[in-house]
Amino acid sequence: MIMQAEKISPPSDDKRWKVVETTIRRNGASADALIETLHSVQEWFGYLDDDALRYVAARLTLPLSKVYGVATFYHFFTLKPQGKHTCVVCNGTACYIKGAKKLIDDIHDRFDVKLGETTQDGQLSVLGARCLGACGLAPAVVVDGEVQANVDSQTLISQLEGLENDDA
Amino acid sequence: MTPEELHDVGQKHREQDAKTPHHVRVCMAAGCMSQKSDEIKKTLEKAIKEKGASDPCKVKCVGCMGLCSAGPLVRVDTEGQDSVMYQNVTVDDSSEIVQSISDGKPVERLVCDTNVPFFAKQQKIVLENVGEIDPDSLEDYISVGGYSALGKALAEMSPAEVRSEVEASGLRGRGGAGFPTGLKWGMMARNESETKYIICNADEGDPGAFMDRAVLESDPHRILEGMALAAYATGANHGYVYIRAEYPLAIKRLKNAIRLAARAGLLGHHISGTRFSFQIEIRLGAGAFVCGEETALIASIEGKRGQPKPRPPFPAQSGLWGKPTCINNVETLANIAPIVNKGGAWFASIGTEKSKGTKVFALAGKINNTGLIEVPMGITLREIVFDIGGGIPDGLSFKAVQTGGPSGGCLPDRHLDMAVDYDNLRDAGSIMGSGGMIIMDEESNMVDVARFFMEFCMSESCGKCIPCRVGTYQMHNLLDRIAEGQGTHEDLALLEELCITVACTSLCGLGQTAPNPVLSTLRYFRNEYLDLIGEQHIPAFVGQEASQ
Amino acid sequence: MSTQPHIITLTIDGRELSATVDDSILTIARQHKIDIPTLCFLEGLSTWGACRLCLVEIEGTPKLLSACTTKCVENMVVKTDTERLKQHRKMIIELLFAERNHICSVCVSNGACELQSLAQECGVDHVSVPYRYPSLQLDSSHDLFRLDNNRCILCTRCVRVCDEIEGAHTWDVAGRGIDAHVLTDLNTLWGDSESCTSCGKCVQVCPTGALVQKGTAVAEMHKQREFLPYLTKMRRNHP
Repeated sequence: MIMQAEKISPPSDDKRWKVVETTIRRNGASADALIETLHSVQEWFGYLDDDALRYVAARLTLPLSKVYGVATFYHFFTLKPQGKHTCVVCNGTACYIKGAKKLIDDIHDRFDVKLGETTQDGQLSVLGARCLGACGLAPAVVVDGEVQANVDSQTLISQLEGLENDDA
Repeated sequence: MTPEELHDVGQKHREQDAKTPHHVRVCMAAGCMSQKSDEIKKTLEKAIKEKGASDPCKVKCVGCMGLCSAGPLVRVDTEGQDSVMYQNVTVDDSSEIVQSISDGKPVERLVCDTNVPFFAKQQKIVLENVGEIDPDSLEDYISVGGYSALGKALAEMSPAEVRSEVEASGLRGRGGAGFPTGLKWGMMARNESETKYIICNADEGDPGAFMDRAVLESDPHRILEGMALAAYATGANHGYVYIRAEYPLAIKRLKNAIRLAARAGLLGHHISGTRFSFQIEIRLGAGAFVCGEETALIASIEGKRGQPKPRPPFPAQSGLWGKPTCINNVETLANIAPIVNKGGAWFASIGTEKSKGTKVFALAGKINNTGLIEVPMGITLREIVFDIGGGIPDGLSFKAVQTGGPSGGCLPDRHLDMAVDYDNLRDAGSIMGSGGMIIMDEESNMVDVARFFMEFCMSESCGKCIPCRVGTYQMHNLLDRIAEGQGTHEDLALLEELCITVACTSLCGLGQTAPNPVLSTLRYFRNEYLDLIGEQHIPAFVGQEASQ
Repeated sequence: MSTQPHIITLTIDGRELSATVDDSILTIARQHKIDIPTLCFLEGLSTWGACRLCLVEIEGTPKLLSACTTKCVENMVVKTDTERLKQHRKMIIELLFAERNHICSVCVSNGACELQSLAQECGVDHVSVPYRYPSLQLDSSHDLFRLDNNRCILCTRCVRVCDEIEGAHTWDVAGRGIDAHVLTDLNTLWGDSESCTSCGKCVQVCPTGALVQKGTAVAEMHKQREFLPYLTKMRRNHP
């Protein structure tokens, strides 16, 4: 017998895997719960690494390439760890019309980091959002989970500088 | 719950409410929440407690009140008096507001005048409960007549009768294309299968629209009731809400609503003691605009890459897991309960000949009043922009209004007096879309706007079919060159040629409509393209040929 | 319980033809030697409908529909070769040539490449859209085969044959839009793939020089596709 029903164990003893395991079980370990499962892994670990993808594939009995294909199709998922702080710049139409592009350009000039990337020192990730649904508050950004309305470059940059300094 | 039980619950809840003469409603939708309206609610409650007001006073968390640009919004409703709306409220204003309730004199400096066109010109069907009820309370929803349409349908109507009311209403899909909902349901009902699915498309991806989010955050039971009615009318027994992961608050409230409705027997097995069973599950999107397309959405629910499939076969024939599937947008479903309650003829009396009912728009961009509005179909763009929207800020003049998001177009001032409906918008080179409405002033650069939308389509293209995958890249590249002043007349000609091929040959709606923002800006603002190209940019080889 | 197949009549390019409702337009056209260009379609694999080269005009339908996925309908009138279709096909092929780095003169599949022959058939004599010249990887890690992403057109034949016929599902597509690319396992090198059985079916079905046998020189790579209809037929008859 080659195919033994052996137990597939998580990549580590990390307790967070228990929560992921609950999501998998709740969906009966079915293949169509792949996206739900990836959401759960990312929610608890912040990103999806190879070990995580491998484990999810094994638990849901899916080909590795398919799991990788799905994880890279959806922009909500990230395969790289995020920086210590995140700054999400809304890139919806209303924010764009009201100057979101300038915010992104100015952040790039100051921190040398492009949209979707993390600074070299791993301190700051700058992400884009398609629309936060806060069009009335354009341009809007989310710094470490806090929404900031009607932002201008100068205030934003000094706020981001403040974050880095606080840690130092 | 039977209709009688529903009535009792509603009655009891209303009586309970009437014991409290003052209600303070705090907007807790995403816009105001981001400005700390949750803390305002806490300080208001604290202030009331400290004061120990002689008149009982209750603070209520409600959904979107509409005028996002003046948020956070708070409204004081006193039995037998006009309501007072407060704008730009901060935590420091809480005690003053509470004091004003017992004084009987409003806080003048915070008052937001509601006798202005922004409020007066609206007509609310979809949003009638939004900003009124507590989205986390099932009793609140029932007390304003919630679930009575479902009760009525199950007790008095056959599925065919429900369908014929919806057909008579003339309701068209609010997600973009405007396909008649009654027809869609009919296709699905004709298909005999033991398993059928109803999907609520809450993957609101248009980057300037947030009405679905507001409805889900403010009145989630309305959607559940609409889905249950759709399921009853079409013979479905299982439902999914496919919602963007970017909307955590809406997800939370929807989950809570499903739990409460199931506990009350309004979802699940043998609803209201009938043979009708229906359950709803939530599926999260993961950041892919293309998943708003029906076949891509189905692929995503199945746990696959969200790539569309050629139609036919249509989802009503072969959809989720190969079963007949009916996909309706949030706003469409929000219209169902009132149609069943008041009849299709009532709904059809609102709007224009071919576009019935109301439409919710998200007003944003260079306009004074940004926020969410609901207006009857057939209202003019001018009324929306200048009366409701309050015109353009900073003394600048109006240039264009963009409707329909990345699949839509930009309309210039000469269309301001056009009556807004599906067909007029299409004839003018735009679409109704989901209802994003972005206003642009004289300083907006239309080539840049076209480039913005093309960049969006390029990065949201799934990559399956060649015209969309490579065509959107090439069009973006050409727009980029033109916008940076490096474009040529040949570039412009190639851009137009590509627009036609991509529109005609792409697999799904994303690619087929991706050229729309370019085509509409070329139609109405061609001069802006030509100005950027200029005469000096005639390419070298053309120059050589000319001199020979 | 045997039911008679429902026979219907349709018109393709002015010819009245009979078909069953389960037949696609493409199947019937090919049976009658009416040539409709295809790239992602391959007999024996599931239909994908992505290359858009087999689009046809159908009377009464404003949209162009792909012949490979559209089933025949009674009294349908199909046109496969109008000026409009020719223009679109030409543009689609040009877009493909400009997408990656297709340089026929140094390709092992030169002379036996479906993209190349389609370009000739459709009269593509130059590429009007700007070339992208992306910088793409060559994966020579496998003992027998090589992947050259420069020549891949994302038809997904390799993905489908590996999943549907071989059952290994080594291949899939990663990323999306213009950044989409084929991959093995967790985007690992092909040679390191745990699931690949080295059966070579992906190489044989690849329409271009993207997947090739190692050791072939320019214009030497001729693909053997006969196995596919044979395999599918055999499996259908002896399930």
